[in-house]
Amino acid sequence: MNFRRTKAVAYKEVLHILRDSRSLYMALAIPLLLLLLFGYALSLDVDRVPTLILDQDRTESSRALVEQMAGSRYFRLLAPAESYRDIERSLDRNQALLGVVIPANFSADLRANRTAKVQILADGSDSNTANIAIGYAESLIALYSAEVQTKARERIGAPEITGIDPRIRVIFNSDLKSRNYIVPGLIAVILMMVSSVLTSLCVAREWESGTMEQLLSTPLRPAEFLIGKLAAYFAVGMIDMVIAIVTGLWLFDVPLRGSPILLVVSAAIFCFGALCWGIMLSTVTRNQVLAYQLSMLTSFLPAFLLSGFIYSLENMPQMIQLVSRTVPARYLVTILKGVFLKGIGPSLLIGELAALVLYSVLIFIYAQNKMRQKVA
Amino acid sequence: MKSSAVQIENLTKRFGSFVAVDTLNLDVAPGEIFGFLGPNGAGKSTTIRILCGLLAPSSGRALVAGFDVAKEPEKVRANIGYMSQKFSLYDDLTVEENLDFFAGIYAVPSAVRAERKAYALELAQLDGREKSLTRTLPGGLKQRLALGCAILHEPPILFLDEPTSGVDPIARRSFWELIYQRSEAGQTVFVTTHYMDEAEYCHRIALLYGGRGIAIGTPAELKAASGLDSMEEVFVHSIEREIEAAKQ
Repeated sequence: MNFRRTKAVAYKEVLHILRDSRSLYMALAIPLLLLLLFGYALSLDVDRVPTLILDQDRTESSRALVEQMAGSRYFRLLAPAESYRDIERSLDRNQALLGVVIPANFSADLRANRTAKVQILADGSDSNTANIAIGYAESLIALYSAEVQTKARERIGAPEITGIDPRIRVIFNSDLKSRNYIVPGLIAVILMMVSSVLTSLCVAREWESGTMEQLLSTPLRPAEFLIGKLAAYFAVGMIDMVIAIVTGLWLFDVPLRGSPILLVVSAAIFCFGALCWGIMLSTVTRNQVLAYQLSMLTSFLPAFLLSGFIYSLENMPQMIQLVSRTVPARYLVTILKGVFLKGIGPSLLIGELAALVLYSVLIFIYAQNKMRQKVA
Repeated sequence: MKSSAVQIENLTKRFGSFVAVDTLNLDVAPGEIFGFLGPNGAGKSTTIRILCGLLAPSSGRALVAGFDVAKEPEKVRANIGYMSQKFSLYDDLTVEENLDFFAGIYAVPSAVRAERKAYALELAQLDGREKSLTRTLPGGLKQRLALGCAILHEPPILFLDEPTSGVDPIARRSFWELIYQRSEAGQTVFVTTHYMDEAEYCHRIALLYGGRGIAIGTPAELKAASGLDSMEEVFVHSIEREIEAAKQ
């Protein structure tokens, strides 16, 4: 390793990045765009469900139920429906997600101590949201039902019954805001994608322009060449990491409970590995278009789907869970969520950190060997 | 220890069943301008690439500056300057940035760096245009800059692969003056070309056809041996003779 040669490559690469508006745009705008898009648009929280109520009973009891729904932040009541047709129409037009029908004999049933029925119509074309919305409606109606029963007992002077009152405390993300776990995971996706795409172009470009042949005739060694290139793009990766973390903390108010140093160190190790991945693809393919497509496919998709970033790995088939163990983003996502939300330290994350180091080193050695083979 | 700058013994390079270089033998003396002449596909570039350590020979031996290209490619690379067909410079870097980069790659000592850069600029006739982007330079100047970059570390041996392709006649003429300068400074210049007039400028030439050396000598010797007046006639005549021989 000759430091001067490595430095010459790194400096030249920085000049390339600064002069190539495409690279610069990709390196800085894409992370911001992804963050804003995912941070604002991708909310898995369901609240203010647009709800249409058809009250056929029109009594004091039915109005009490409607008022309870109107008072809940989980529902947003639309102008009351006049008929079933209204509910169907607004479900069809995506104006309402939920329809609630209170039948004409609702208060009569309650008075007669019979079980009163309430019909809930949900738009199942978005099954996840529909499930959650039905859950909200059920618990609200259950609450109302308990109230009615208590009042009935009071009327006949029966002793008050005490049920179980669960006290639930959600730890780590007490507001259950999806943004709090999306944004830390997003840092891993952004780093993986931007890093590997950036470096995927940089070796193939030299092959295509013919400069690679020139370089191979000089005393420059593969390791010096690769480390020089990696150093330049590592700087870009670190800028992206800072952008992602700062945006997450200030714009999206994601809590950072753990050590910022641990966060930066593990992201840096991961970034190095992702850069090596891109450079490896570039070295093997020698073709910018192919290397770019391969790096998009092999970085973004696994980092997005198999990292536990949004979709929890525990619910996936055993096979897929095994595959996900080869996805480096998975380890970083675990670290990021741990550090951001749980505030845990390195002792609990040692396995993930070791996996990231191992991955980075293996890919670097492989890329370097591929480079050597091309030289020979 | 041999004193030859380049010594090739029975060098052969196969790509699958295709023989690109076929048991080639050559000996180039220090300070010589040695020309490689031949039609496209004759194996000129392949031979140069082997000599620069870019390709491994299939069999035979090649010594450059006394080092075996297959065994000590790194020592070979420290002793050569190579200019490929495509003037491999970075288009998006300025003249000075290209020079700085290659000075860094060749680890030119900082004490002489400024002096060598100044010399390369003068040679490339780019004084005062240090800040120009390389892509804005005309072909002739790019070619001179590529040579300037390849000699920053003052290598004893220079390999130039079709250095004058795509350059106008006047620029070609002045480029050959540079080659003479290098030779007078003691550097060995190994050059491939398909311009016959350029063949006349070489001290010695080897005619390559189908990967084999079919004639070798000074331009005067080659012309005298075949009784012809120009290198072009020698070239055509030699190849026709080869084709005849192959038929029988």
